[in-house]
Amino acid sequence: MSAQPKSRTRVVVTGLGTTNPLGGDAATTWERMLAGESGVRPIEDPAFADLPVRIAGTAAVEPTDVLDRVRARRLDRSSQFALTAAIEAWHDSGLDVPQQAGELDGDRIGVAMASGIGGVQTLLSNYDAMLAKGPRRVSPLAVPMLMANAPAATISLEIGARAAVNTPVSACASGNEAIALAADQIRLGRADVVLAGGTEAAIHPLPVAAFANMMALSKNTGDPTTVSRPWDTARDGFVLGEGAGALVLESLEHARARGARIYAEVLGAGITADAHDIAQPDPQGRGGARAILRALADGDIDPASVAHVNAHATSTPQGDVAEALMLHATLGAHAGDVVVSGTKSMTGHLLGGAGALEAVATVLAIQNRLAPPTINLDNLDPAVELDIATKPRDLPLGDIVGLNNSFGFGGANVAVAFGSVD
Amino acid sequence: MSTEEIRAALADIVNEVAGVDADDVQLEKSFVDDLDVDSLSMVEVVVEAEEKFGVTIPDDQVKNLKTVGDAVSYIERARAAA
Repeated sequence: MSAQPKSRTRVVVTGLGTTNPLGGDAATTWERMLAGESGVRPIEDPAFADLPVRIAGTAAVEPTDVLDRVRARRLDRSSQFALTAAIEAWHDSGLDVPQQAGELDGDRIGVAMASGIGGVQTLLSNYDAMLAKGPRRVSPLAVPMLMANAPAATISLEIGARAAVNTPVSACASGNEAIALAADQIRLGRADVVLAGGTEAAIHPLPVAAFANMMALSKNTGDPTTVSRPWDTARDGFVLGEGAGALVLESLEHARARGARIYAEVLGAGITADAHDIAQPDPQGRGGARAILRALADGDIDPASVAHVNAHATSTPQGDVAEALMLHATLGAHAGDVVVSGTKSMTGHLLGGAGALEAVATVLAIQNRLAPPTINLDNLDPAVELDIATKPRDLPLGDIVGLNNSFGFGGANVAVAFGSVD
Repeated sequence: MSTEEIRAALADIVNEVAGVDADDVQLEKSFVDDLDVDSLSMVEVVVEAEEKFGVTIPDDQVKNLKTVGDAVSYIERARAAA
């Protein structure tokens, strides 16, 4: 475990869960990621027929196939994804087994489950019902289904979490921000365990039209699996994805006392804002650079120990270059030695779920000392001087650090540093 | 529709909304105490029943529908009056 001279509560990751375009669980996702598979597919739904974009990273496993029917009926799709990932992470941590959970008290369990947009499909389907059949047909469950904190509240009910139940909302940085906030809750002594992550279910004609009209989505009509291509000269926008990621964060003391398996340590986190533009990133990536520097300072991390970056890398012309600039600005001459992965090339962009899914990938990369590939990188943009993994790449032995970057509309920037534990 | 046909169709709605086994939805059963149908689910059952049976069940009547039999009787009367 990396040296951490500050005498404060140390936070570790003891459980992982996800459901996303590559797989319905963390193990399947990791396997398909290492194989360089794509979860981007054509959207067959005729409601998308008139849209300029008809591909997306649709969930590999329908949440209604794994959740109880009546329970799923009362949840927006975003809560269905969040609950699926949370149940996996909670089980993975062993905290669902009384003998392993020890004296765990619900008052000491928190939730930080982010959403970028909230229950937009519930909102729109109820509006459709109202227009077609009148206000009587609006579901009495519409509000508790569509509210942004519904995924977090659903998980609180599931695991009996009675400490803070938070929903950070910072667009595409939301999932990573949830992890940063969860670590803070534990460091501040407000919880021993926090189930953290992010979720999104926005593959609906309206958000797709909106993202397409703001020219954020790729209009590439070629093979869907090749459209998400971070850092490639032919990139022209992101591909929307859906799903959730969940991590069980726990104080090191609590994890050790119950003999938990520890995947990695949350060494530090940085959260900043650009104050530049509501949608465009700062072209120099200055806000993101400050988030990375804060994460490094927060964890007393030597930049030379950073071995891996799971980049935000959405496949947009501007954002991918800005992120390369910020890695050079923060890691200096070492930036060229870091193995960088852009996993959205395989999953598409899960918006509020992205930072959480990518945190799961970062933790698995650090634990397995193996960086996942970036697919579709045929011609590296000459403005990007980074060592990008295009095949799974070994990471060094010894204490290593992996950075997970997420940036969102509104100028939100979040970087979280995970450290190896063996 | 006979009383039994209305009960059976209502049972399918209760099953769809609340996951209660349709065979348990018998006339003497209380929605809240026996079938564990909460207030929001009851609103959903009522709206589905209005559409299915072509009747109107005002909100102020819903509280009087304590048992499955109450609901079936109400629907029968509303259909007869229509």
